[in-house]
Amino acid sequence: MASSTATVAAPAHDAHGHDDHHGHDHPPHLKHYFVTSEQQFEAAKLGMWLFLVTEILLFGGMFVAYGIFRAWYPELFAEASTQLDTVMGATNTLVLLLSSFTVAFAIRGAQTDNQKVLFWNLVATVALAGVFMVIKYFEYTHKFDLGIFPGAAFNPTSDVVNPTEGIFAHPRAGVFFSIYYVMTGIHGFHVLIGMVAISILAWKARQGKYTSAWYTPVENVGLYWHVVDIIWIFLFPLMYLI
Amino acid sequence: MTSVDHKRIGIMYLVAISTFFALGGILALLVRTELAMLGDTIMDADTYNRVFTMHGVVMVFLFIVPSIPASLGNIIMPIQLGAKDVAFPKLNLMSFYLYVAGAFLAILSLRTGGVDTGWTFYTPYSAETGTAVIAMGMGVFVAGFASILTGINFIVTIHKMRAPGLTWNRMPLFCWGLYATSIVQVLATPVIGITMLLLVLERTLGIGIFDPALGGDPVLFQHFFWFYSHPAVYIMILPAFGVISELVTTFSRQKVYGYTAIALSSVAIALLGFLVWGHHMFTSGQSIVSSIVFSMITFLIGIPSGIKIFNWIATMYRGSVWLVTPMLYAISFLFLFTIGGLTGIMVGALAVDIHLHDTYFVVAHFHYVMMGGTVIAMLGGLFYWWPKFTGKLYHEGMGVASAVLVFIGFNMTFFIQFVMGSQGMPRRYADYPDLPWLEPLHQFSTIGSYVLGLGLLLVLFNGIWSLFKGKPAPGNPWGGASLEWTHTTSPPDPHNFSRTPLVTHGPYDYYTVFNGAGDGAMGDGMGDGANRPAPVPVITEGAPQEFDKQIDLGTRQA
Repeated sequence: MASSTATVAAPAHDAHGHDDHHGHDHPPHLKHYFVTSEQQFEAAKLGMWLFLVTEILLFGGMFVAYGIFRAWYPELFAEASTQLDTVMGATNTLVLLLSSFTVAFAIRGAQTDNQKVLFWNLVATVALAGVFMVIKYFEYTHKFDLGIFPGAAFNPTSDVVNPTEGIFAHPRAGVFFSIYYVMTGIHGFHVLIGMVAISILAWKARQGKYTSAWYTPVENVGLYWHVVDIIWIFLFPLMYLI
Repeated sequence: MTSVDHKRIGIMYLVAISTFFALGGILALLVRTELAMLGDTIMDADTYNRVFTMHGVVMVFLFIVPSIPASLGNIIMPIQLGAKDVAFPKLNLMSFYLYVAGAFLAILSLRTGGVDTGWTFYTPYSAETGTAVIAMGMGVFVAGFASILTGINFIVTIHKMRAPGLTWNRMPLFCWGLYATSIVQVLATPVIGITMLLLVLERTLGIGIFDPALGGDPVLFQHFFWFYSHPAVYIMILPAFGVISELVTTFSRQKVYGYTAIALSSVAIALLGFLVWGHHMFTSGQSIVSSIVFSMITFLIGIPSGIKIFNWIATMYRGSVWLVTPMLYAISFLFLFTIGGLTGIMVGALAVDIHLHDTYFVVAHFHYVMMGGTVIAMLGGLFYWWPKFTGKLYHEGMGVASAVLVFIGFNMTFFIQFVMGSQGMPRRYADYPDLPWLEPLHQFSTIGSYVLGLGLLLVLFNGIWSLFKGKPAPGNPWGGASLEWTHTTSPPDPHNFSRTPLVTHGPYDYYTVFNGAGDGAMGDGMGDGANRPAPVPVITEGAPQEFDKQIDLGTRQA
């Protein structure tokens, strides 16, 4: 509050007080309704954290559904998870962890005014996210080839999968894969949104828009990306390992 | 329409929600008209199902959830905080357009035959019925985003945008109410979002999460649904508590009694509200233990609600109560909300609920809370702040008449429904051939609903009249002491304040503002604490401070 009091004590300007035109220099990024850059940065960051809380709750609903169905059909879930490709899942986990690392480095680059570090780390993050999506694509298409579709279309028939044996004979086998598709699908959608957002950041970073004086979007998209990563960290063991 | 000014967005929201309130109201009148007589009178049972579903969906998702926060909250809260705008003006505008898009999707469902599931969309019926559940579900999903954005915006605004000196315990109680509301909006709305998404996937792909035929669990849907929709009840009522706190103190000319208790009880209700969703599901087959726990926590909610009621009454006690339209609505609220709250305790009791579940008793209970609580408070707040944001005074006589008509009409419509419910009238039935003795009671209720509609029309007419014929409003027509009254004109400057206010006293320190030694006496008064003047001139004739004087001199006529 100390800094804002200074503005109050400043000499009163014209009666209608359009504060955005009165003499002393405002940084170009500072919106007229904020008093200081710190206030604006803190506000944006708090807003982002609150948004991330809503993301956690959105996925929370699906994790609850997962938990309930797992409690109902434990042997089905334990068996069905062996159908998922652990190597691909683990690779994807490493890819996302690495991308969290690069996005953190990008923020560091912005804070230290190192445009090269900022730009190339953003590019690397988008690239890693792309790798994640490609691997996911191969996983999905492989499942589709086996007839393992979500929901009512679930029809596992091929040379590899015998619908009368093992977990595929289980009358509720489709539910596990439905939950798998819904959760990883919505997660994948978040990855796509993150790729778009980070691409825009990279494009603007190229133009030198972000400096240590103002890098709020980099910070906030970085936070978002970490949450997308964390959700996968929970999805991977629940779906693939146990 | 592309302005990012919080006041304009608030007014856009106000117009939009009023439109949907009118639509929902017309549907309600159709429902009441059908029920006035035995047999199919104006519609068949299928149409009836679609009409009451649309009434519920429009009223809940398009009117009452955004009602007070998005309209009055948007217009007034930043001014009460001494801020120039909300923290994210563009998100605020986006929230409005998301709301419009959600509303559009919901209306679109009408074109493809409407929805007949009730506003609760219970599975498995909602997964199988031939009506437009997908469009409606997506409409609710999109409108939910609008609600989340408003919540995030308000929390950040309250945390980061308060004027210097406006500490948490100097914040007007309306802002406290909105703060508690926003917490619920942010924490609960994503869950209805994912629920609607899963419901849509259930219908399109048959993912089998809710449909028992596919191995799913319909009770899980109820848990998800009420995990949002019970807290959503507090999204609806907490801002109303905030409005009532403002009205009671301003028109009693007394510092609010138990400021901290009222402020924190809002937050307590917001948090406890997350732990009671199971009381909607006593008959759904959930375990006895969870029913008992949910029932106990439901009773706990009565404590903070009771604290508020008693504090408001204590605020009025020995105050100079000024019976103008907003105060009449506030007093109506105290009656109606108390009835709504106490009947809530009744249906929260396990044994009683088994008897009353899904009857008109429940219908009457939640209308007493939602309409008797939120809508009445919103009307009171609308009359209270109308001069501030339009710059025009409304017609007092018409205002009083509307308050009386609404109070009488509301009670006629819904009090009798408690009786019908306890006699076994089930909700959502188009006809009651087995209960013919209820016909006169239904007719009484229907007539009441017409009186209520008339009262609401009068409110609308009063508003339109005032815009053209109303006298220009002074900056502080009520002698309020919070920033929107003392530090800005009516209507407010586009930047809200000519300079950022420095707050040196609480929001209800009438004595300091209007009678204190320093009021205007110390010139500029910068930096010398309590002596800072209120820059907006205080009206002198017919205003509450005259009552104060009359009481002091012993000349006041009762």
